[in-house]
Amino acid sequence: MTLVYIHSENGLSKAAKEVVTYAKKLGDGVSVITNGNTTGDVLAELGEYGASSVMVDRSVSSDDHQQLLDLVVFAAEKTGATSIVFSHDLTAKAIAPRLSVRLNAGLVSGATDVPNESGAIRVNVFSGKAFGFVKVNSTKQIISLLPNSIQPEITGGACGVEEINSGASTGRIKLITTKKPEGEIPLPEAELVVSAGRGLKGPENWGMVEDLAKSLGAATACSRPVADIGWRPHHEHVGQTGVAIRPNLYIAAGISGAIQHLAGVNGSKVIVVINTDQEAPFFKAADYGVVGDAFEVLPKLTEAIRKFKAGQN
Amino acid sequence: MKILVCISKAPDTTSKIAFTSGNTSFDENGVQYIVNPYDEWYALVRALELKETLGGNVTIITVGNAVDESIMRKALAIGADDAVRIDAEPKDAYFTAMQIAAFAKNQSFDLVLVGKETINYNGSQVGGMIAEALELPFVSLASKLDIDGNVIRLEREIAGGVQVVEVSTPAVISCAKGMAEQRIPNMRGIMAARTRQLTVVPAVDVQELTSYVQYDLPVSKSACKMISPDNMDELVQLLHNEAKVI
Repeated sequence: MTLVYIHSENGLSKAAKEVVTYAKKLGDGVSVITNGNTTGDVLAELGEYGASSVMVDRSVSSDDHQQLLDLVVFAAEKTGATSIVFSHDLTAKAIAPRLSVRLNAGLVSGATDVPNESGAIRVNVFSGKAFGFVKVNSTKQIISLLPNSIQPEITGGACGVEEINSGASTGRIKLITTKKPEGEIPLPEAELVVSAGRGLKGPENWGMVEDLAKSLGAATACSRPVADIGWRPHHEHVGQTGVAIRPNLYIAAGISGAIQHLAGVNGSKVIVVINTDQEAPFFKAADYGVVGDAFEVLPKLTEAIRKFKAGQN
Repeated sequence: MKILVCISKAPDTTSKIAFTSGNTSFDENGVQYIVNPYDEWYALVRALELKETLGGNVTIITVGNAVDESIMRKALAIGADDAVRIDAEPKDAYFTAMQIAAFAKNQSFDLVLVGKETINYNGSQVGGMIAEALELPFVSLASKLDIDGNVIRLEREIAGGVQVVEVSTPAVISCAKGMAEQRIPNMRGIMAARTRQLTVVPAVDVQELTSYVQYDLPVSKSACKMISPDNMDELVQLLHNEAKVI
């Protein structure tokens, strides 16, 4: 049996469908454990992606990692699962390592594929500059799947949903406040990202980056120097020491493409680079390149996207 | 305040990444090792700042071989008081965490700090594993850390935002960007660190749970297709019809 933990606050995320699809591909039956407020009817849809049953404990808070850990341990014991799958998000980073010690189960963090023919699982190493293939030596295994590594696949119909009470105890970490900017697309989950660097010359020029992002429905990001000098918030910094992302489309304007920046974005499916310097190293990692001034190219691209979107409707 | 900071070696961020022995091991040829940036810039520097305001002691610990002592001396040069090396190859995150937990078990540290991940294996595993082994609370990816008496107040990253949380000492914290600024050691620190006694501790017997059996490099992209800045409609069409991403 494979056990999957998913977040299900306000519905099913794409990441949730990805991990259930992934678990199904491991070959055994799939049980899902979750918490949160998503209705049973919606949770039942996880059956379409391969779940044979869903357990939900509404009393467990997603903010309490200790309680979440106890919930997953409870479900692992109940189902006798030998594989446990998470999405490789901040929750997984908080609880999967503890679970590994608790269950004496090898942990593969940031898996990008199903196990290969020799049972090894591919992960990104050296901050995205290489792949490693990891084998688990223990009987039980824990895998956290990097978002956007596989696509959700519908293979069946709805499954049963069971309301449970795991009796998970509350943890010792006290939540004081949550600060969440409204309406922004969280960078690690974004499928389209528009990013800019020092070539934009100043924070007052970010309007055109935001306009392009808005026309696409994309998140915005930036290079490290831009975050360091305070033009943009640190959580937008992508690169080796910032956030690593793997969107379907990454558009970079005014970023030269230093190796540390590439490390954070080279998992992107398609990269578009806009730079005045045709020798910028980023062009070597790009699929499409535009040699030109971001101040002219970005508004033109925004216009072209708007025209395209209008034509589609 | 008694603080343990876990540090790991990592190849310099500009290192060329290559593999040897049929892609089964990392090619160290010409690679310069540094203290993993998250461990140094955030965990170690914040620990030193806390010591400077609250008093106490900062011990750094690493799991590695004698050749790894250069990163220990770097940490001492920046300002750590003591340096401990568990004498073993760090086989995987579990092995490493169990070694550190075994050392820390009876030492009553108030804080155990780790970087949020290493830049070579990116697993983000060791901190949580130490916490579980020591039965301590674990706050992952903290970007701010303050101490008031025995209360640790932290900001931690969550999807699309931050949370402020509090927990009593002792606890294990993984440290991310925002917690502190990089410190450059001065010449006096570097000279003093050269002759300092390093503590070497034998490893405990632990079986690793995972092994890296193979490595691979990403296939390099085919040539970049250049588009005229006056023809953004073409770029949009390519993104739609050829790349199929919009």
